[in-house]
Amino acid sequence: MKLLQDIKLMFIRNVQHTLRNPIFMFLSLFQPLLYLFLFMPLLKNLGGTPGLPAGETVEIFIPGLMVMMALFGSAFVGFDLIDDIRSGVIERFLVTPVSRSAILWGRVLRDASVLLLQVILITIVAIPFGLNVKFEYFLISLPLYVMIAITMASMSYAFALMYKTEDALAPTINTITLPVSLLSGILLPLTLAPLWLQNLAKVNPFSYAVNASRALFTGNVGGPDILIGFVIVFLLMSIMFYWSIQELRKIEE
Amino acid sequence: MNQNGDFIIETTDLKKTFVSKVKGKRNEVEAVKGVNLTVNKGEIFGFLGPNGAGKSTTQKMLSTLLTPTSGTVKIVGYDLSKNQEEIRKNIGYVSQAGGSDQAATGYQNLILQARLYGLDEKTAENNAKDLIKHFQMDSFADRPAGTYSGGQLRRLDVALGMTHNPQLLLLDEPTTGLDPQSRAYMWGQIKKLKEKGVTIFLTTHYMEEADKLCDTIAIIDNGTIITKGTPTELKNSIGADTVVLGFASDDVAEKAEKILLKNFVDAKIQREINILHLQIKNGDGAVPNILRLLDTNNFSAQSITLSKPSLDDVFLKYTGRSLREDKE
Repeated sequence: MKLLQDIKLMFIRNVQHTLRNPIFMFLSLFQPLLYLFLFMPLLKNLGGTPGLPAGETVEIFIPGLMVMMALFGSAFVGFDLIDDIRSGVIERFLVTPVSRSAILWGRVLRDASVLLLQVILITIVAIPFGLNVKFEYFLISLPLYVMIAITMASMSYAFALMYKTEDALAPTINTITLPVSLLSGILLPLTLAPLWLQNLAKVNPFSYAVNASRALFTGNVGGPDILIGFVIVFLLMSIMFYWSIQELRKIEE
Repeated sequence: MNQNGDFIIETTDLKKTFVSKVKGKRNEVEAVKGVNLTVNKGEIFGFLGPNGAGKSTTQKMLSTLLTPTSGTVKIVGYDLSKNQEEIRKNIGYVSQAGGSDQAATGYQNLILQARLYGLDEKTAENNAKDLIKHFQMDSFADRPAGTYSGGQLRRLDVALGMTHNPQLLLLDEPTTGLDPQSRAYMWGQIKKLKEKGVTIFLTTHYMEEADKLCDTIAIIDNGTIITKGTPTELKNSIGADTVVLGFASDDVAEKAEKILLKNFVDAKIQREINILHLQIKNGDGAVPNILRLLDTNNFSAQSITLSKPSLDDVFLKYTGRSLREDKE
């Protein structure tokens, strides 16, 4: 009970923080919108190539875009935490009886909420572009993006707590996000890739997330892709969140 | 009920060693090397030392922010290694960085802080209003903390530390960076808290602050406590005070000198025309006697000043260097 109450307090605090400058929430929508307007049309003519059935290019591209938003949107939240470490806010929280994990739960849940809002907005914008997704499959896909967002946010927080400086955080996050996104077939399906690249992508957990996301949007729900994607992302999220809590506890060592 | 004796803090052989790895090599830094200290209930305890002496590290251990490497701590009646939760409910801590949320208003900061201590919404609101009144923050409590002046921000920081009405408040360098006026104001606030029965444990590197504010001072250097006592005791340990007497003429001064020499055998006296400098132990006790003696012999001093050794002198004596030169 106390944990839930603490998480609620921390969540509200962080949401208030985001709402003080809501412009940034929408600014991060700019990139996915550009992809939607300026990149997705290119795919229409590619329809019919392996992995891009004609007439389904939108349903292939949009779920990838969702994963990209979840990956990048939450990857840089650690900067905000460094701010709080530097101004002593985190220390102040740690001296109160507040549950340690609530400090991080409150943040990742905020990050997940922001992502959820963005996913919904992008979906609405994509409908006039011909997006045709079953509503229930869309709903099922949402927890997947939420888990990806929590995974990336936790990782970002863990690095922030470890480094405590922006100088080290920025290059680390960049080094991780670029290969992770290239190797997950976000923009184009990996079925287009040479075999070695396809094999390389198999070690990237997020490629399974993209597969699951696409299976839901295209309605190919019969195969194992969805379950595999959810399980892998769930495990990764658990590991990352656990790691971030360990890093938070290290402050007290 | 859980209190043991009159000590609100009692540490035994408290140690903190930081271990880091530099190029794969284990690197140990002993920040605190065995601190024994006792703090009385209700006093203002000053922890004095240069930067890097172990002040903040000790204070962070006391406030549950750092786990001691070894040693025991009994604080607000609880064992630090066992009852962190209870300790957190009974102490307040204000770090040097402050810790207020710059984007939130002072009021919002106070509400969240109260709720983190388990107060319900209504109580938290009343509590925040009381603190705003007590720390005279009415004129700025509704503005974001990021817009505050240094003095205003400090008031908010201390108010946050006092949110749950703790019996012990730990302040890390509470007036560093403040202008003299804000510093004096903060001293007044700290004294007011003491009057309310709150024990204050503060670190500082300002001698004047320690002297004016603290009932007891401990000086820490290189991770160990070098000396401890009331400011007066510490200054007395230096040796003599100086009493300066001014007379109407050098003639009178010369006669007074002879009488004083006869009666204060321990004193060293130097005469400069019509002014006498007496080096004497326990100067404030001696002044009334000096005046009485001069009076009975019909000499009247035109001026009298007593100067005590400063804490700077104390620091110099015990550490072998002046606190002001610790900037390197």
